[in-house]
Amino acid sequence: MVVWAVGILLLVIKLGIVMVTLLLGAAYLVLAERKLLGRLQIRYGPNRAGPFGLLQPIADTVKMMLKEDTVPQSADRVIFLIAPAVVATAALLIFAVVPFGNTLTISGVRIPLVISDLNIGLLYVFALSSIGVYGVALGGWASNSKYSLLGAIRGAAQMISYELSLGLSLVPVVMMSRSFSLVDIVNSQAACPFILLLPVSFMLFFVSSMAEIKRIPFDLPEAENELGAGYHTEYSGMRFGLFFLGEYVNMVVLGALITVFFLGGWRGPLLPPLVWFVIKVLCIVFLMIWTRGTLPRLRYDQLMQLGWKALVPISLVNIIITGSLILLRGS
Amino acid sequence: MNMSSRKSAYTESIVQGILGLVTGFATTLKHLFRRPITEQYPEYRRPLPARSRARIILTRDPDGDERCVACYLCSAVCPVSCISMQSAEREDGRRYARWFRINFARCIYCGFCEEACPTLAIQLTPHFETCQRDILTLVAEKEDLLVDHGGKNNEYNFYSHAGVAMLGDKGSHIGEDAPVDPKSNLP
Repeated sequence: MVVWAVGILLLVIKLGIVMVTLLLGAAYLVLAERKLLGRLQIRYGPNRAGPFGLLQPIADTVKMMLKEDTVPQSADRVIFLIAPAVVATAALLIFAVVPFGNTLTISGVRIPLVISDLNIGLLYVFALSSIGVYGVALGGWASNSKYSLLGAIRGAAQMISYELSLGLSLVPVVMMSRSFSLVDIVNSQAACPFILLLPVSFMLFFVSSMAEIKRIPFDLPEAENELGAGYHTEYSGMRFGLFFLGEYVNMVVLGALITVFFLGGWRGPLLPPLVWFVIKVLCIVFLMIWTRGTLPRLRYDQLMQLGWKALVPISLVNIIITGSLILLRGS
Repeated sequence: MNMSSRKSAYTESIVQGILGLVTGFATTLKHLFRRPITEQYPEYRRPLPARSRARIILTRDPDGDERCVACYLCSAVCPVSCISMQSAEREDGRRYARWFRINFARCIYCGFCEEACPTLAIQLTPHFETCQRDILTLVAEKEDLLVDHGGKNNEYNFYSHAGVAMLGDKGSHIGEDAPVDPKSNLP
């Protein structure tokens, strides 16, 4: 009974810490992105609220909380109100299976630094990223606005297309580690991170994941110039904030996933595991921001062409080659 | 032959694509380490050209008198009718504005008033920070507009050659020649 209660308590503490870190991280990621993007374009970025603009996320949050939460008259009320939560929740839930450190031992109690070591963790990740599509599609549809609807259609088409190469690009990783569990995947990279063994998979996964979270070269669902703001055109206040939050949590989560799948997770010399994990995630996040500062948006047909004619065939060939190499080495 | 040339075109396009990506990423990375070119406004105010057009002033002569002769030319030329005044006359015959009012809430800073002014009285300055919370505080009276200098031209004095009633005889005014007697000018 006591062991059980301690277990629950530990889980709740872990959940709380991860949740708060993720939300704060997402808020400050917004600032980091705006600052970095500014420097990439030879300007300063926000630097008025507090020293170096460090209070900007708080100011933004207060602003969004205080804004009026408008619902368009002809919107599908219930779906309209739920959709942002779907996006944010799906993004936050993915982190449940991400191992962010080695097993801690505090006075004899072993605490694995992962909320839940699911043995089908990878499938769980894909399932949740598919649920994220619902938030976009339903939000855009329920708004009853042509821009929202167009954005939602684009979003759904894009995310479903790229999920294919996203999943296929990870098949080699599963073949190498012989497990769907993210903890096992990190453990099987003890000798050598998978980015060195599977560079093609890494590239495929990186590109597809950028499309999956609608980052800039693939931000067609919210293309400002054509669609207003795409699927969240009609949202205001904290509901818009939830969409925004989901997007940035997604950035952190995908950084974490790439770290787990290809960069060896929390493994690294000298520094403590947690620090290594954070450093690797930040590197990936920087790469995403750098890409945003560099590349223009793809056209819709280019997007589909890249997804179906380039990424999917390449990932299929990648699976065959990796599989045959594993077979050859094994025999 | 055709096959190989198509092949080389294909590799060419791949190389071009990669080069394009690399140059793009290199350019943005270089910019990351450059000094931002932003001018941070409230801390740094860029010195504006002397002839840039913003807040309007009424200037004075070198001897300290108001230059304005209340001729109404500025108020007539003003496209948004933001200038109004009431003319009056001193004992020495010099005209002045009893009151002079510019509604800066309406002014478009076109500078026509300055062009129309025959005495260089009304002038535009580079001082542009005139925002107010209450729109009525933007209405400037004569005492808000008057300054103690000559603005862009400190030497110019309209009244040293024109604009006052002749009190003395012909030829007594500054810079005026003595009148010619047509009868003494016979050959």
